[in-house]
Amino acid sequence: MQTFQKIATPILAILIFVILWEALVWVNDWPDFVMASPSDLPAAYSRFWELFLTGAWDTLWRTVLGLLLAVVVGTAIGMVMGFSRIARDALYPLLVGFNAVPKATLVPVLALLFVGQHNFNTVMMAFLISFFPIAVSVGIGLSTLEPEYRDILRSLGASRFTIFRKIALPKTLPEFFGALKVSVTLAFIGTNLVEIISPHGKGLGALFLSGQTNSNYPLMFAVLIALAVLGILLYYAVVALEKIFAGWAERPQQ
Amino acid sequence: MNHLIEIKGVTHAYQTPNGPLPVLDDLNLAVPEGEFAAVVGPSGCGKSTLTRLVTGLMKPDQGEVWLHGQLVKSPRKTVGMAFQNPVLLEWRTILDNVILPLEIVAPSMPRADREARAMELLDLVGLTGFENKRPSELSGGMRQRASLCRAIVHKPEVLIMDEPFGALDAFTREDLWQTMHALRAQEPFTAVLITHDLRESVYLGDQVIVLSGRPATTQFVLDVDYPDDGGLRKIDGLYTPQCAEMLATLRDQIKIAQGRDPEAGLH
Repeated sequence: MQTFQKIATPILAILIFVILWEALVWVNDWPDFVMASPSDLPAAYSRFWELFLTGAWDTLWRTVLGLLLAVVVGTAIGMVMGFSRIARDALYPLLVGFNAVPKATLVPVLALLFVGQHNFNTVMMAFLISFFPIAVSVGIGLSTLEPEYRDILRSLGASRFTIFRKIALPKTLPEFFGALKVSVTLAFIGTNLVEIISPHGKGLGALFLSGQTNSNYPLMFAVLIALAVLGILLYYAVVALEKIFAGWAERPQQ
Repeated sequence: MNHLIEIKGVTHAYQTPNGPLPVLDDLNLAVPEGEFAAVVGPSGCGKSTLTRLVTGLMKPDQGEVWLHGQLVKSPRKTVGMAFQNPVLLEWRTILDNVILPLEIVAPSMPRADREARAMELLDLVGLTGFENKRPSELSGGMRQRASLCRAIVHKPEVLIMDEPFGALDAFTREDLWQTMHALRAQEPFTAVLITHDLRESVYLGDQVIVLSGRPATTQFVLDVDYPDDGGLRKIDGLYTPQCAEMLATLRDQIKIAQGRDPEAGLH
């Protein structure tokens, strides 16, 4: 009963959303170039399903690769900032400044740096846009570790690495996954940004662009929905990983 | 006399932006093997610094700390620690928390032996049946019991406790005092207990060391003569005239340590 409710509630919410959308278009009598309605979408999907599959795959693997890069580099930067005060003082303004730069401005910069490397540029953008939350959360998690936790092992002569592996790392996992949930969405946006802005791109973003060029408005909306579905899948993949690796942080519900 | 812990003329200051802040000044302390020393003193007098010195986590500016005839220069495996905060690792079960020191001190010990050793201690403190629970599922008193097991699982020569019962309610605290005596009867160790609670110091200690206000020095040492009932000390003993007298002496010493006149009436 509980699992049924858990699955049925969000599905019901989505259904209501779709009905309201359909009703909005119908009541206003909008043509599909103002806003396509859900009933226009199946036609778009069935006509372009091959493009949707290859596009979704391109978007997916480049997002995941960029995110993995962000996890590795972000964790490394976070560790440096967590363990060294000097590094923290030095890197913080730099990172914040970097994060504040609108990432759309980096698309031409990357395109000029690595001309024609569309896959590489897309992965880079997904990485650049998403490593910041990971670096900050790992850094804060490590630097706010209560000294007693360290002392338990340090008083037994444990090495810094052992203390990191047995205490600091697992203790930071809940913060890490919190950041990863933000980062996965950001990486996804980064990928799409490059796909939409760069000419001759690949992925769902490029499909969106071709819908725009050909004035196929239902196709554009169909891409948006596909993006949303992919985003939801990625997000819940992270949630599943969190359950496996940091499930202990979840308090039993009353 | 063979002292397991000897602190000789230890002086220490912390460096602060406003210059050095002396916390310990010519502190002396000696605990014979198997004895239980309780250290009391006004708040902020440097008691916690003392624990970090004995465990080798910190080196004193001057003076020496000796453990078992060896000069302490760095952390050593023969020490166990317990704090006011039980600092259990939330991602481990109670059993795995207790085993933790063995993973560092005896990495080659078979898993089954580690578990057997941990279970033996959990049984002593009354936590049998909770070994597979997570710390968040246990009460504060139970967590502190598990923390004590972890502190002695590797059979340390010295157990150092920094106000381990400070955050517990009065009844739970008295329960744990008794657990402490039960543990001592089974597990030989020399202990240093930092505490604010004079009753606790008398009930648990073989000697009570009163530190002066900051910078702390050894102001007074009381040899506890607990009303003997044959065997374990009983809480009731605290309410005998014998204990009342010791507690009064300690109270006077604390007032002196705080810089107040012990004759000046109620404070």
